[in-house]
Amino acid sequence: MTYETIMAGFGGQGLLFSGKVLAHAALIEDKELSWLPSYGPEMRGGTCNCSVIVSDDPVGSPIIAHPNVLMVMNEPSLDKFEDTVAPGGTIFVDSSLIARKVRRTDVEVVYIPATKMATDMEAKSLANMIILGAIVEKLRCVDPGKIEEALRETISARKANLLDLNLKAVEAGREFIRSQNS
Amino acid sequence: MSEKVLMKGNEAIAEAAIRCGCRHYFGYPITPQTEIAAYMSKRMPKIGGTFLQAESEIAAINMVYGAASTGRRAMTSSSSPGISLKAEGISYLAGADLPALIVNVQRGGPGLGGIQPSQSDYFFMTRGPGHGDFHIIVLAPATVQEMADMTRLAFELGEKYRMPAMLLADGTMGQMMEPVVLPGESVDPETIPATKPWAVTGTQMKREHNIINSLYLKPDELERTNFERFERYAKLEKEECRWEEYMMEDAEICVVSVGITARVSKNAIVAARKEGIKVGMIRPITLFPFPKAPLAKAAEKVKGFLTVELNMGQMNEDVKLAINCSKKVAMCNRVGGMIPGADEVLAAIRKEAK
Repeated sequence: MTYETIMAGFGGQGLLFSGKVLAHAALIEDKELSWLPSYGPEMRGGTCNCSVIVSDDPVGSPIIAHPNVLMVMNEPSLDKFEDTVAPGGTIFVDSSLIARKVRRTDVEVVYIPATKMATDMEAKSLANMIILGAIVEKLRCVDPGKIEEALRETISARKANLLDLNLKAVEAGREFIRSQNS
Repeated sequence: MSEKVLMKGNEAIAEAAIRCGCRHYFGYPITPQTEIAAYMSKRMPKIGGTFLQAESEIAAINMVYGAASTGRRAMTSSSSPGISLKAEGISYLAGADLPALIVNVQRGGPGLGGIQPSQSDYFFMTRGPGHGDFHIIVLAPATVQEMADMTRLAFELGEKYRMPAMLLADGTMGQMMEPVVLPGESVDPETIPATKPWAVTGTQMKREHNIINSLYLKPDELERTNFERFERYAKLEKEECRWEEYMMEDAEICVVSVGITARVSKNAIVAARKEGIKVGMIRPITLFPFPKAPLAKAAEKVKGFLTVELNMGQMNEDVKLAINCSKKVAMCNRVGGMIPGADEVLAAIRKEAK
């Protein structure tokens, strides 16, 4: 199985970081992977995205034309990428930030109020990790249990004190999916 | 066995260079290769090396000239417009027969162009980037692993043939992360100058002076240095061509591509094979010397070639030369920072298969 994930939103929402954590988790599992950031004149408030491929087979092109996993944290990104998603793919929408619904009917959609959940747990900037938790819980593209180790390796020394809060955010995203299923 | 780590292509080059015993980095920031300088600025001071952000690209390449003269492993890195500025210094390095590593993580041009990936410096690099008759070794990595491996290869080949050597990547290769196994054993930088009898290391009053110079005012002497240099290039071409063949056994169409477009092409080839189209790829790894022999050999059995590149057909010309225009050489290209999708390449393959 190959998971081609695009994570998109505003600069500053931590999209490149959540992509890195996913990539690290795949590395820990010894899967094939690639991580490619958009690197235009991005800045806080501008649009930004990264492409992460996790596969059992060697990765050809790191550029994703038709993602089967899309995570969007602003409306322009949903507008931009909605039509590119492969039929049968899954779109994760931060429903606290995006008012509209997904128009496609041939994909599965998970609406998760991640930014509101993050604010409620006083971790405003960790909505990205909540959605990452939801992605791995729902799709099992990597073993959700490997996220903690991946986070430890990815988080910078400067922000090491935020590790526990990050882990809490991932767990909140996983719990959101579990509660939907029950 | 060494451990797999996750790194950006740019960072893999920097770490591999350090492990190869490079302790002298001189550069000037430019997107999309600035991570190399950033990495060096953190690491070099900790290991007794030199990281120097020069006042300009020209200053940086001339600092490389100085460091390389002493037999040390030295390097610089830049992206397309910055390489134009370095051209004078690269010509001097070639004229003085100095090995050094130059990294070019290409962006779209001409002029300031853009900052997205490109392969439009192909002619500029493979024909000798600067004035005078010369070449440099040009290596084209297509994975982060190759970014690391070819850093070592560039130092080693450069020293063996006394030539500047270049890693010619594109913005995607520099920015992307992949698992990479770095060279396990580190080279002791102190052992390197002794392997270079020409280096200016101090005579200790025990030998004649070594002179590093590219100025020859007597035309017969200068002619001799040119002839001698091109004999080395001929040997390089004979012994050091590198390429990868992919699904070429029964191929009727041969894709030729490097770097990021070679990876896109692999996806397109897998899709075309599912449609029953017999297509394969020859991926040149050395661009100078260009692997003419495998292309000429392929020309004997394939119907035609298809170059996939991020320029207006620069490598396409080299393929035509390599096969003496004996078969059609079609092209699928995007420029300015655009990259063809696998579907575009697949459409081009289908067209040639008809």
